[in-house]
Amino acid sequence: MVHQQAAILRPETMVEEFKKNGVTHVVTIPDSETNYLYELMETQEWLDVVPVSREGEAWGTAFGLNIAGKVPVVLVQNTGMLESGDSIRGMAIDAGFPLVMVIGYRGWNRRGVITDSVAKYTEPFLTAFGIDYYLVEQNEDGDRISVAFEEARATNKPVAILVGDEYHGFNR
Amino acid sequence: MLDPVDVFKAFQEHRGDAIVSAAGTAGRHWMDVSTNEKRDISLGGAMGQTTSAAFGLALGLPDEKVVLFDAEGSLLMNLGAIASIAGKKPANFYHFLLDNECYATTGGQPVPNSQEIDYAMMAKGAGYAAAYNFDDLEEFSTSVGEIMQQEGPVFVAIKIEPDVQNLPIGLRERRPTRGRAQTINELREELGIA
Repeated sequence: MVHQQAAILRPETMVEEFKKNGVTHVVTIPDSETNYLYELMETQEWLDVVPVSREGEAWGTAFGLNIAGKVPVVLVQNTGMLESGDSIRGMAIDAGFPLVMVIGYRGWNRRGVITDSVAKYTEPFLTAFGIDYYLVEQNEDGDRISVAFEEARATNKPVAILVGDEYHGFNR
Repeated sequence: MLDPVDVFKAFQEHRGDAIVSAAGTAGRHWMDVSTNEKRDISLGGAMGQTTSAAFGLALGLPDEKVVLFDAEGSLLMNLGAIASIAGKKPANFYHFLLDNECYATTGGQPVPNSQEIDYAMMAKGAGYAAAYNFDDLEEFSTSVGEIMQQEGPVFVAIKIEPDVQNLPIGLRERRPTRGRAQTINELREELGIA
């Protein structure tokens, strides 16, 4: 049985944090949990949404944008993160630049039994790659997003935000 | 099939100030031809991702021409990138493909369906502004100047001779090259990017 938290994570919170941290581009593949966030990002004149065809592309594209002096964010689901292992290694970690990767935490829940294998592997994957991460479940966690940006800038490494509000926050 | 060095020499005449990245086994010859090292950049480092990195660079530098000499084995590992590129329509992106029909760096094994794929047709079908095939040096040499004046994204597939490597990597001749980080730092300095 899946339990949901009472508070929600508003997509506006994520967009406000992006703006506060100077994000210029969001490289992304939309997923079923973030469609309203996608629509909201598309309406921001200061933000360029870059859709890619497969998640592995996202890290290479973000790397190129970083070289050009831009501030990209990668926004994908945890399934796509697992698919992207070599790209994360070669285009983010080895490249050594500050990158915040926002990962939809499919299958995660706080109180119920986690049965989705992708949720089981998400945090071990990040740990194996040496990537620090912050869980964001509700609006009150919004400050953690800026903490992730600050850490990425300080370390020149990728830092992940795990979006644990899977079922209602980023949807209408 | 063309000698990649001849391809690079023909291109160099029309390069202007373009930023250039050359991938694959053939790409290593670019450093012998280039006359503007500060605008040459290494973007390799993950399978198939040079294409995406060059795409990101072009998006981030809309006032600079960005040229990628891609390799077909690499592109096949990240083929969805041509749809991503076509979707954003970077007018400053020039995507050359050096197609030697094989994985030259691993001993020359053929890439899937190596002799029948029409990469230019795929790029055009994905939505590139223009796409070309070349298998003749004179034809390429007389066309490349005009191609570089077109609005991108432009795709240019060129059949080249394979330079097959059979020695284990540790035994191959190593040439002094600038590392990826050095090329990035020097390009940023050249462009005034902090």
